[in-house]
Amino acid sequence: MEMPPLDPAILARRSDIVAALRAIVPGEGVIDDLDGMRPYECDALSAYRQMPMVVVLPETAAQVAAILRYCQDNKVKVVPRGGGTSLSGGSMPIGDGILLAMGKFNRVLEIDYANRCARVQPGVTNLGVTKAVEHEGFYYAPDPSSQIACSIGGNVAENSGGVHCLKYGLTTNNLLGIEMVLMNGEIVRLGGKHLDAGGYDLLGLMTGSEGLLGVVTEVTVRLLRKPSTARAVLLGFPTEAGAADCVAAVIASGIIPGGMEMMDKDATKCAEAYVGAGYPLDAEGLLIVELDGPPVEVDYLVERVADIAKGRGATTIRVSHDEQERVLFWAGRKAAFPAVGQISPDYMCLDGSVPRGKLVEVLAEMRRLSKQYGLRVVNVFHAGDGNLHPLILFDANDPDELRRCEELGADILRLCVRVGGVLTGEHGVGIEKRDLMGVQFTEIDLDQQMRVKCAFDPDHLLNPGKVFPQLRRCAELGRLVVTQNRLPFPDIPRF
Amino acid sequence: MTDCYKPRDECGLSSAIKDAATAKMPLVVRGAGSKSAMGRPLGGYAMSLTTERMRGVSLYEPTELVIGALPGTPVSEIDRMLAKHNQMLPFEPMDHRVLFGTSAEPTIGGIVAGNVSGPRRIAVGACRDSLIGVRLVTGRGDVVKSGGRVMKNVTGLDLVKLNCGAWGTLGVLSEVIFKVLPKPARSLSVGLGGMNDTTAIAALTAALGSSFAVSAAAHIPASIGSDSTTIVRLEGSDGSVAYGARELAKLWRSFGRAELIEGDESANLWLRVRDAHWLAQPMDRSIWRLSLAPSKAPHVLADIRQKLGVRYFFDWGGGLVWLAVVDADDAGASVVREAMANTGGHATLVRASSEMRHRIDVFEPLPPAVLKLTQEIKKCFDPDRVLNFGRMYAGI
Ligand SMILES: Cc1cc2nc3c(=O)[nH]c(=O)nc-3n(C[C@H](O)[C@H](O)[C@H](O)COP(=O)(O)OP(=O)(O)OC[C@H]3O[C@@H](n4cnc5c(N)ncnc54)[C@H](O)[C@@H]3O)c2cc1C
Ligand SMILES: Cc1cc2nc3c(=O)[nH]c(=O)nc-3n(C[C@H](O)[C@H](O)[C@H](O)COP(=O)(O)OP(=O)(O)OC[C@H]3O[C@@H](n4cnc5c(N)ncnc54)[C@H](O)[C@@H]3O)c2cc1C
Repeated sequence: MEMPPLDPAILARRSDIVAALRAIVPGEGVIDDLDGMRPYECDALSAYRQMPMVVVLPETAAQVAAILRYCQDNKVKVVPRGGGTSLSGGSMPIGDGILLAMGKFNRVLEIDYANRCARVQPGVTNLGVTKAVEHEGFYYAPDPSSQIACSIGGNVAENSGGVHCLKYGLTTNNLLGIEMVLMNGEIVRLGGKHLDAGGYDLLGLMTGSEGLLGVVTEVTVRLLRKPSTARAVLLGFPTEAGAADCVAAVIASGIIPGGMEMMDKDATKCAEAYVGAGYPLDAEGLLIVELDGPPVEVDYLVERVADIAKGRGATTIRVSHDEQERVLFWAGRKAAFPAVGQISPDYMCLDGSVPRGKLVEVLAEMRRLSKQYGLRVVNVFHAGDGNLHPLILFDANDPDELRRCEELGADILRLCVRVGGVLTGEHGVGIEKRDLMGVQFTEIDLDQQMRVKCAFDPDHLLNPGKVFPQLRRCAELGRLVVTQNRLPFPDIPRF
Repeated sequence: MTDCYKPRDECGLSSAIKDAATAKMPLVVRGAGSKSAMGRPLGGYAMSLTTERMRGVSLYEPTELVIGALPGTPVSEIDRMLAKHNQMLPFEPMDHRVLFGTSAEPTIGGIVAGNVSGPRRIAVGACRDSLIGVRLVTGRGDVVKSGGRVMKNVTGLDLVKLNCGAWGTLGVLSEVIFKVLPKPARSLSVGLGGMNDTTAIAALTAALGSSFAVSAAAHIPASIGSDSTTIVRLEGSDGSVAYGARELAKLWRSFGRAELIEGDESANLWLRVRDAHWLAQPMDRSIWRLSLAPSKAPHVLADIRQKLGVRYFFDWGGGLVWLAVVDADDAGASVVREAMANTGGHATLVRASSEMRHRIDVFEPLPPAVLKLTQEIKKCFDPDRVLNFGRMYAGI
């Protein structure tokens, strides 16, 4: 993975930079020894590692502002980090940059039931928000599987989703406001407790911007009342296609389940061995469909979903009878990644998103590619919204396997784009899919995105080397005229 | 009448804008013009550009709950097509013709450009939440796409949302794609009478904090009709709506006796809420739209009413206030904006004379740092300032 070349002039000034940071964040808030920095060396895309120049852990927005202003003035690069659970290398450090760790921003600031929202610091975990309000019967809807560890600030930066996003939306649909610091040190508030923007929707733009536009220092999210009942249905099918077909049929019938997840036979086996959820081991495709609402509604929907499944040849239909059983049905799914980790030294998790009607076709083609590359692919995914998570099993110690794995991954993502889908549904581009951006976007599309980046960060100091396959100087983008989709200087270096 | 570009396709759109950019000639962008009297007036421009010839549904897969259309497609055409499959645009866009007294059919491009949403916004999100993909032509004439046709997509910066609600100042949309929803099997309203603003908002808050399938919540005070009406709409399957109505009546017992409103009566009531029907006449009143935290709404209104004669009602559980004021002095701008100052929300002057819209800020004035970002973003999409220059803010 090629990253922007290290700047020797910056590295030479490391001790000055550390001293300047210490003047802003006193005490233990600056870490510059190797052992201390080791935990920050990578995020959850652990195949790629890099030590930062220095780690700083600010505690206030004013400190963040002072740090960024210093970095802007001295042209020092900055990588923001929340919980470090990014699967795309979004929070992977850069060697001549500061790692700005937001872990000390861990307070719930205000819970406002009358306006159904919570104001929290960005380092609060996703689950922490729900924990703070569940005794009143409320919750925060987006629920990434990483919710015990990932931060709300990271969720904003990645526009994270989860099992329940099918019905309740992604982070962007549940976010009301943020406070953020721009690279020049200015503190900006967007949104608040009201709906929609008075001017441009900068809150929408910030969501999913992968730490490239600003550092989030406060977040206001929408709270929802917990549905009065939720029941999960386990559906086993003799073929993967049958399961995928059932997903499309449920949606087509006008039912929007709270969640609709799919696992293939290998994933089911791993998960069952790991948690003993009682999954049918003979099913080639397993669905977990959750239906929520008032009891009458749930009973009715459960029956309709079961009917649809029968019509598609389901061999197992089991409905959770109590809360304990519902949680058990989910336990296997939620532990599926670590469970797969038990059967392979390494795995790579992809995140392509496709039209739901193409699931059958995509799954079949993925099987073929898996054979062609001689690597196993296990599937666990958000079937209801067409968001795939193929896990490619490989051994990172075998360079040839790593290479084949990367190539197979790229082929699968190209396949997603070819059928009308996209490279990433919820994990972000980061460094992982950066070089594939050209598959989905034209140079013109990417240049326009980069111009927007320049409006916030004209010197490319914030999280550089992520998302964009090629960085062009902002001044150049200002006047660049592209004809026939060809760049004027195709052979300038990528960074 | 001014000269007008009427491109038939994206290519024509791009060359029209390139022409204008080369000549540094500002363009007024129009769909059909139903909201042309909104925003700051764009006086004296030689050219306009309309998308009225770029129409038609470009993609509709009912089983996938996805629809795409060219920008000049009338909203009514999309509604009709969706209705055939018992589906709908979730966000219930308002029809500005009622307020503006115009007849030109609203286009889907205009709806997206204004992020136009209606009462269901509180339950399923705004136009910007249903919009999953766009194609657009920037002020440079570049054709740019963002988003797509899939439900989940975080690939690259979200230019979809940035352009939704930018009133055509960044680019002219050439295709818009939405996720849609099945129409609810049943819809009915539950109402309370005789409430003042404060208790009404409290009742709506209680309803919205429940799990009873509430899809809309409004309060029409006594000053509008003969008696006040506080209403909540429930939507979903027969079972869940019946259950919700029963439970809501219980929840509301301390507020009064809840009444059921069904069928056309309920539907018409929500059309009127959606289109701010009660404020449309007299036409010479200025109309404001305030977005704020619901709990602050009664207080803000009390504050405004001490200083101004207004007619008003609440949607979005109190989070949206519609106000009609006399179009004199500053159309109430200083009073409204002062009352809003500490709420964090925003106030937009939706309808006013062109002289008034020229004189006072139509959109909420931006804090300096946000204004600077807004200017930079405008510059990076439309460096020659040819698209609706000055429609939202002076210089943008
Ligand atoms: C086992 C596992 C399961 C997962 N399941 C899901 C899932 O179901 N759905 C899903 O969407 N994702 C999932 N993820 C991915 C990941 O958890 C999310 O992307 C999450 O939002 C990252 O949050 P974080 O706090 O860990 O961010 P980090 O990894 O620390 O950072 C992620 C990105 O956000 C930026 N960032 C972090 N904090 C800030 C801030 N305050 N201001 C500005 N930028 C910031 C970083 O620069 C980086 O680009 C999973 C990950 C793992 C390991
Ligand atoms: C000065 C003026 C006065 C008018 N008065 C009347 C009248 O009194 N009665 C009458 O019947 N008709 C009138 N019209 C014509 C009428 O306005 C059109 O029929 C109507 O514009 C179509 O409405 P719309 O919903 O498509 O949105 P519009 O009102 O056209 O547009 C709303 C906003 O969205 C922007 N926009 C529209 N499409 C796009 C797009 N594809 N991409 C980006 N931005 C877009 C516009 O620039 C505008 O900012 C008038 C037109 C003008 C110019």
